[in-house]
Amino acid sequence: MPKVKVDGVEIEVPQGATVLQACELAGKEIPRFCYHERLSIAGNCRMCLVEVKPGPPKPQASCALPANEGQEIRTDSEMVKKAREGVMEFLLINHPLDCPICDQGGECDLQDQSVAYGRGGSRYDESKRAVTTKNMGPLIKTTMTRCIHCTRCVRFSEEIAGVDEIGAIYRGENMQITTYLEKAATHEMSANVIDLCPVGALTSRPYAFEARPWELKKTIGIDVSDAVGSNIRIDSRGREVLRVLPRVNDDVNEEWISDKARYQVDGLTKRRLDKPFLRKDGKLVAVSWQEAFSAIASLNPGNSIAAVAGDMLDCETMFAAKKLLGALGSSLLEGRQTGMDYDCSSLAAVNFNTGFNDIETADAILIVGSQVRTEAPLVNVRLRKAVKRGAKVFLIGPEWETTFGGEFLGEDLSVLNQLPQHVWDALLNAKRPAMIVGGAGLGRGGLEASLSIASQLKLVRELEDGSTWNGFNVLHLSAARMGGLMLGYAQKGGIADLVAAAPKVLLALGSDEVDFTKFANSMVVYIGHHGDKGAHAADVILPAAAYTEKNGTYVNTEGRVQLSDKAVFAPGDAREDWTILRAMADAFGVSVGFDNFEELRAAMAAEVPALGSEGLADYGHDLPAGGGSASGVIAYPIKDFYLTNPIARASAVMQQCSAELLHGEEIAEAAE
Amino acid sequence: MALADKDRIFTNLYGFQPWNLKEAMARGAWDGTKDILAKGKEAIVEEMKASGLRGRGGAGFPTGLKWSFMPKEPPKDAAGNPKPSFLVINADESEPGSCKDREIMRHDPHLLFEGALVAGFAMGARAAYIYIRGEYIREAEVLFAAREEAYAAGLLGKNACGSGYDFDVFVHRGAGAYICGEETAMIESLEGKKGQPRLKPPFPAGAGLYGCPTTVNNVESIAVAPTIMRRGAAWFSSFGNENNRGTKLFQISGHVDKPCVVEEEMSISFRELIEKHCGGIRGGWDNLLAVIPGGSSVPLVPAKDIIDCPMDYDGLKAVGSGLGTAAIIVMDKSTDIVRAISRISYFYKHESCGQCTPCREGTGWMWRVMERLRTGDASVEEIDMLFQVTKQVEGHTICALGDAAAWPIQGLIRHFRPELERRIAENMPEAAE
Repeated sequence: MPKVKVDGVEIEVPQGATVLQACELAGKEIPRFCYHERLSIAGNCRMCLVEVKPGPPKPQASCALPANEGQEIRTDSEMVKKAREGVMEFLLINHPLDCPICDQGGECDLQDQSVAYGRGGSRYDESKRAVTTKNMGPLIKTTMTRCIHCTRCVRFSEEIAGVDEIGAIYRGENMQITTYLEKAATHEMSANVIDLCPVGALTSRPYAFEARPWELKKTIGIDVSDAVGSNIRIDSRGREVLRVLPRVNDDVNEEWISDKARYQVDGLTKRRLDKPFLRKDGKLVAVSWQEAFSAIASLNPGNSIAAVAGDMLDCETMFAAKKLLGALGSSLLEGRQTGMDYDCSSLAAVNFNTGFNDIETADAILIVGSQVRTEAPLVNVRLRKAVKRGAKVFLIGPEWETTFGGEFLGEDLSVLNQLPQHVWDALLNAKRPAMIVGGAGLGRGGLEASLSIASQLKLVRELEDGSTWNGFNVLHLSAARMGGLMLGYAQKGGIADLVAAAPKVLLALGSDEVDFTKFANSMVVYIGHHGDKGAHAADVILPAAAYTEKNGTYVNTEGRVQLSDKAVFAPGDAREDWTILRAMADAFGVSVGFDNFEELRAAMAAEVPALGSEGLADYGHDLPAGGGSASGVIAYPIKDFYLTNPIARASAVMQQCSAELLHGEEIAEAAE
Repeated sequence: MALADKDRIFTNLYGFQPWNLKEAMARGAWDGTKDILAKGKEAIVEEMKASGLRGRGGAGFPTGLKWSFMPKEPPKDAAGNPKPSFLVINADESEPGSCKDREIMRHDPHLLFEGALVAGFAMGARAAYIYIRGEYIREAEVLFAAREEAYAAGLLGKNACGSGYDFDVFVHRGAGAYICGEETAMIESLEGKKGQPRLKPPFPAGAGLYGCPTTVNNVESIAVAPTIMRRGAAWFSSFGNENNRGTKLFQISGHVDKPCVVEEEMSISFRELIEKHCGGIRGGWDNLLAVIPGGSSVPLVPAKDIIDCPMDYDGLKAVGSGLGTAAIIVMDKSTDIVRAISRISYFYKHESCGQCTPCREGTGWMWRVMERLRTGDASVEEIDMLFQVTKQVEGHTICALGDAAAWPIQGLIRHFRPELERRIAENMPEAAE
């Protein structure tokens, strides 16, 4: 642990820290543009210059200089002040003063730092540089005249995303950041460069000219577009969610989110269910809440009632529905809408046990039936890191374009029955072997065969440092899955058990992927927020709240319990889901045991204690032995990354992404 | 005290004889290379240190010392295998005024290849890469052919010169970017990336080409090494002043009667060098205005300071300039000195890689102000502002290109401020083309 002096104060810094980190530890702010904790060090903006002794008699770039024993660092000397003013002046000479019409205004590093470290005026009297705007696709709006060439975006796409989409062409003052041939950035996480850009060169196209940051209410939330449970910040004004930004959580999403999580929110204002509807003579007619409830109650289903949970549901809704069904004497709960029926008796067997953080340290990984890049882009980032550290990756399933290499072993699940010898050896000899079973690898004996491999390879083991390594992972696709499984939303035969029971009433809780034709004789009560497939098949529609419109508990695929807050109110007559279910209990004349949200949460925590506290739920490390054989060609469930849920399908931005980026349609630019 | 013919290292500098192996050997190249290698790595490095050879690429870092920085125990890669080491020979001679490496490569390439083997052996390198400037087409052709000859004769490759040491030399052509002459940018370019300098540390000796220990040397530094080993450090260090030893290729261009490249003793005075080899200044010594003594990147020196100055690292440092590559640009009184420096400014603006802020933005700014100063379309305060801007660039960049862009302007302002002020006073638009 080297000791250094920062502005005369001696501090001890961790081994391998940079001078910049040392200064931060000492509480000194070091201005920077190119430096970013999660990217490689470029050292090109020269804003972080400090004076370091011993060393050459000129200021040093602190971001790239290792902190060594006995260094004397000055951040407050005349030399440093001059250097910062000089670099600031250089950055501004060719930067347009268009802050009033720039979307970065108010959250711009260049603005802030020029106020703090600039010299107050420019001496530059020549013409300013102008750079043509580049096309980077439907999500990223560019104003390249504002670019200060920090290359954060270039490094992000190379290092984090793993695609060489963005780069710099030309040199000197003519250097330009571009996607080379002005192609759209197509990566699933491309829009993170907007957050990385310290100036207004890359801004959000859908959010262009929408709002200023100081007008927005910021609410912490959890993303529900996939099972990662990305931590997000929901920025809203009035009743509308204007944008979603990532929050830093090193254990989950680091500080990235997928493009879908970021941009599906415009779908929250479209195709919304804002009134109760009742099917009369084959047509859905708007009715009052009273009429809708009495129509359901008049059926008097008794215990002939079932519930299917959708993919984006919070635990509270699922718990309320469970309580309602319980009061009526039914336990027909299911969350796997598409008919999966894998065994859920052990939650450890269907959980991402290794955790996102530790999967980075795995040294051999077998992926079964998961197109990780679209199913969980943020897990893909972790896998890339693992490969960079030297992990070998093998994949079973149809080939897709990985960003980390890897060897495809075949398209059929039967590869699991007899792994090739070199794969077996690699996993056997690995210190930290891991398996990731995706949604497409769970059925048709895939989970059991995978568990069998896991036990043969001893994926659960004790590491040298005494900690337990559990290398068996299931990567789910839906945000509600782990919470649903914890609350018992799984029948032995899957949804087929519900079909067999032929319930009088089927509660479709935001479930849009169910084959409702099999429930032709049931009254389908859709409680959800979007007029999508579920609502079309419904007999009664009860408008509910989307994930930004209610407090909720979500459990991600690694069993991490996280809380999300309510940012805005649901539109029209829509109500928060749990209140609808509570009111329905009154209509049925039964008691569910809670009258407000706090009581509901308390009851849920009493029943499933893990849901009562944030953090990883403990499922233990005892995996079932598995066994049997698997067969069947793997087909990945996600056909269109941008349109996987009702909110995204309603979103114009996601539709445009799907059309332009996936289906190669002509760029639909508005005539201006 | 001029250099005698018997003491010349580059005996075919002017190409009077063929460059081929047979003739080169007749001139003494590849003579006893095996014996040199037999002395061992330590001995060679010690001999080079004792010779006092300083890097001929411009910075003047002692060559033997540089070689000794290569790790004795090669670092291990992720799998635990030792990493190879590399020698990179900088033949990207792009500094305006410099043309010495070109003469070596086209007329005496075997001295370079022999030097590559000796240097590579001394630092334990697996191979040498000669990165030759893209515009040097004929020179590259000679290098390719000479390399073939050396391989065919068993002088390079497996068991080079029968020494038992395996050593390969590759010739790699650049694409014509000045910045690729900077050692780390050259390494980037060799790896197939955009030629942009790397941050130091880590220094190439720790992590260079493909992350392996690497030493980058100038062509001349490498090409003189075999002769130093043959004739001994004492012979080499008998030339020149203390701390500035050896012989050196001087390249004199500009307003002299006979511009030339010539091998001379270090520390020869400017007057002697010009009188002896160049036939004097055009129009006589009174007509001398200023000299850029080390290639375009060093500050100019006015006539009165340079005439009796010893041409070596320390002598030129004392007059506020540097030896650089010893590319001496002589300017007589017919020169539009402001335009000359402005043109150099344009060169650096054009060649800036654009990676770091001060150089990317500063070079363009400096050039634009220089262009206005040329015609006097400026105010006197702008001279001071320009000087401050050069100071804001100098020492704030990743590589030395920022310094190189700043120094010529600083030299101009330091020595020719009255001329700049005169132009501003007269505001002479006719000075523009």
